[in-house]
Amino acid sequence: MANKRIDAPTGTATVGHEWDGIEELDTPLPRWWLWTFYLTILFAIGYVIAYPAIPMLHRGTVGMLGWSSRGALAKDMSAADMARQSSLERIAATDLDKLPANPDLLRQAVAGGSAAFKVNCVQCHGSGAAGSKGYPNLNDDDWLWGGDLKSIHTTLEHGIRQPGDDATRQSMMPGFEGMLDAGQMDAVAQHVLSLSRKAKPSPQGGQLFAQNCAACHGASGEGNRTLGAPRLNDAIWLYGGTKEDIVRQMIRPRMGVMPAWGGRLDPVTIKMLAAYVHSLGGGEQTPAMATVTSAEVGKVQAAPAGADTPAQTPNARK
Amino acid sequence: MPANDSPGSVIEDGVAKDAAPISSAEAAPEAATRRHVVDEPPRAQLEQKLYEPRRAVHNRRIDGPFRRFKWAMMAITLTIYYGTPWLRWDRGPYAPDQAVLVDLAHRRFYIFAIEIWPQEFYFVAGLLIMAGIGLFLVTSAVGRAWCGYACPQTVWTDLFQHVDRFVDGDRFARQKLDAAPWTWGKALRRAFKWSIYLAIGFWTGGAWIMYFADAPTLVHDFWRGEAAPIAYITVAILTLTTVTLGGFMREQVCIYMCPWPRIQTAMLDEKSLIVTYKDWRGEPRGSVKKAEKAPGEFGDCIDCTYCVQVCPTGIDIREGPQIGCITCGLCIDACDRIMADIGRPRGLIDYATLDDCKAEAAGAPPRSPWKSILHPRTIAYFLIWGSVGAGLLFMLGARSHLALSVAPDRNPPFMLMSDGSVRNSYTLRLRNMQSRPRRMEVALDGLPGAVMWSDTIDRKNAAARQQFTVPADQLLTVRAYIVAPKDTPSHDFTMTLTSLDQPREHDRETVRFTGPGE
Repeated sequence: MANKRIDAPTGTATVGHEWDGIEELDTPLPRWWLWTFYLTILFAIGYVIAYPAIPMLHRGTVGMLGWSSRGALAKDMSAADMARQSSLERIAATDLDKLPANPDLLRQAVAGGSAAFKVNCVQCHGSGAAGSKGYPNLNDDDWLWGGDLKSIHTTLEHGIRQPGDDATRQSMMPGFEGMLDAGQMDAVAQHVLSLSRKAKPSPQGGQLFAQNCAACHGASGEGNRTLGAPRLNDAIWLYGGTKEDIVRQMIRPRMGVMPAWGGRLDPVTIKMLAAYVHSLGGGEQTPAMATVTSAEVGKVQAAPAGADTPAQTPNARK
Repeated sequence: MPANDSPGSVIEDGVAKDAAPISSAEAAPEAATRRHVVDEPPRAQLEQKLYEPRRAVHNRRIDGPFRRFKWAMMAITLTIYYGTPWLRWDRGPYAPDQAVLVDLAHRRFYIFAIEIWPQEFYFVAGLLIMAGIGLFLVTSAVGRAWCGYACPQTVWTDLFQHVDRFVDGDRFARQKLDAAPWTWGKALRRAFKWSIYLAIGFWTGGAWIMYFADAPTLVHDFWRGEAAPIAYITVAILTLTTVTLGGFMREQVCIYMCPWPRIQTAMLDEKSLIVTYKDWRGEPRGSVKKAEKAPGEFGDCIDCTYCVQVCPTGIDIREGPQIGCITCGLCIDACDRIMADIGRPRGLIDYATLDDCKAEAAGAPPRSPWKSILHPRTIAYFLIWGSVGAGLLFMLGARSHLALSVAPDRNPPFMLMSDGSVRNSYTLRLRNMQSRPRRMEVALDGLPGAVMWSDTIDRKNAAARQQFTVPADQLLTVRAYIVAPKDTPSHDFTMTLTSLDQPREHDRETVRFTGPGE
């Protein structure tokens, strides 16, 4: 079989095998190729010495450089923290009301708040902040406790009906079971629906409403944010907007709670969360600051935007 | 396999006997020489080389039309490579003024008047397709001309070979120096030569990074040690590869590493131009004296090996077309010169097609290689190449310098407001590809009664049209809120983007408005 010979046209030896008259030339490899191969072996030895490589019984070899993927991750994370540090400090130093006047900083705060929202708030309010029955939607323009930056911040910090927090949002709706009979409740519910023109007015219901409900919810159902009494003359219903839903709420009122985040999250995160919730589209202007803020925003908008603002980043993370 | 081939025993008449090992060539000589009867060396003389050292190529100096063309090509290609980053191109105050710039940090690609954004990378893909088909076109027309004249490996190898000649002298001096023992003089010479290699390599790497940043600034930063680490790393790597590939690997790259010679052997046909030795005219070889003694016995080749000596890849073209032949034509220059000296017609080695060779061997007069360039395959390639190019030019001319893209929020898909109206949120991206800030207007079409505001426009100023100033050469991301009257059903509508300055440009996108009802 080992029928090696020199192939006359090429002057090269054959490998000595033959298949149906076809032979293979044993062309020598270039020597530099061999050296390259030796170099890769040397590299592999060096790599095994320098990096974690050989699996042992309990854990692998560590390597001279002390590199580990966990260590690399920790390093990357701390580098990211360092990169964020300056904007966090700036947000911490800026008054919440002044944030809208600095669009660049506001954008960073909203982005940071968006990340914190995904961790802490989506469990109740949903990932799109749209809430669900019993959990308020944060995108709309209906606010139980106020929709300006300061009010949202207060709600975030002290929560709603949180025991142990003196400044928590506190309100109580009494249950009317036993005070009103079924017919009266039905009449009140009809009146409530008529406030948003969803039903015909009910004179009896109107009278009962004025006696029992108007103190908190207002004579025309406009609500009261100081007391956290919901608006009843709009299209948004936290616990449902049918007559049965309203009656159920009168018999056994449900009152949602929200944790006080003041002790759990750092002040900058709460600030950023307030900015984020405010940015969802229903945010209101702080009453006293309204005109100033609007003018300042206008000024910033009018300024030439070419300079060196990175326009690729704005809002990109939303 | 014959049974008696197994070492240590020989089976004879069915009986195994101990015997000394013998080779198959000795044991069965008729098997070893079955097809090649003559010149078969005995088995013992077979070489057993697994690896062979590179045989250094010391090509001899030559002058001639092809050498001069190679000089010109080298000058042109190197000038383009080293010089391009220094060309300036005024794009106004908002864009860099470097004519050719790959701005990776800002994701912009500038080529003179053309600016390409990442999402338009198909232009670059188109250029690459043109380059690919261009190689086919060149190959079908003039053979491996790319290899011979324009390939960077060829150009830099040529440059380094000239450095060799400048430092160590011509072929024979270099061969002598190679064989000479190491002395201080030789070491000094080598150090000098390699430092020139390094300088060329460094310059090559240095020119490369200029394409990725403003060249004058980068040079300044580079020498002050303030440039980005990647700049130094790139220069170091390219210096190393240039010196290794151009200074030391040279023709080994073409023979062992490059796929192109392999692809080209599949692309060449009998109508392709190759550099070929006209064996019917040259063989049998004999010196001038021999030919004088026996006229008519010998061909035109006098076996002076000048063609081998000048070859930059060290091959013998007289063995026929081969992978190492980059068709640079230097052997043609060499042979023509010898033929002129001994008074024989030129073109013993010449550009020719295999068809022409066949005709010429049969007695036809030599045909000019220029006539071989135009044939159907070349024309077909040219048409494909040209239509890709024309298509690219058309797209480039017709493209709009602004664009709108709209992404509706899907979570939540819609939002009921306290007055019962329906709000949808969208992320708008307004693209301004001009090097100046532009005022643009976004308008709603097909959404009656709807108004829009944004993260920067207060709800009090909500309207069906809104204006934005998009910064020069950038993308403006706008979070837009659109509110439509109560009970607006889900349906598609159109957003239009119009520039408020000249040239008036438009873009539109149809998106869905989602409502509670269907």
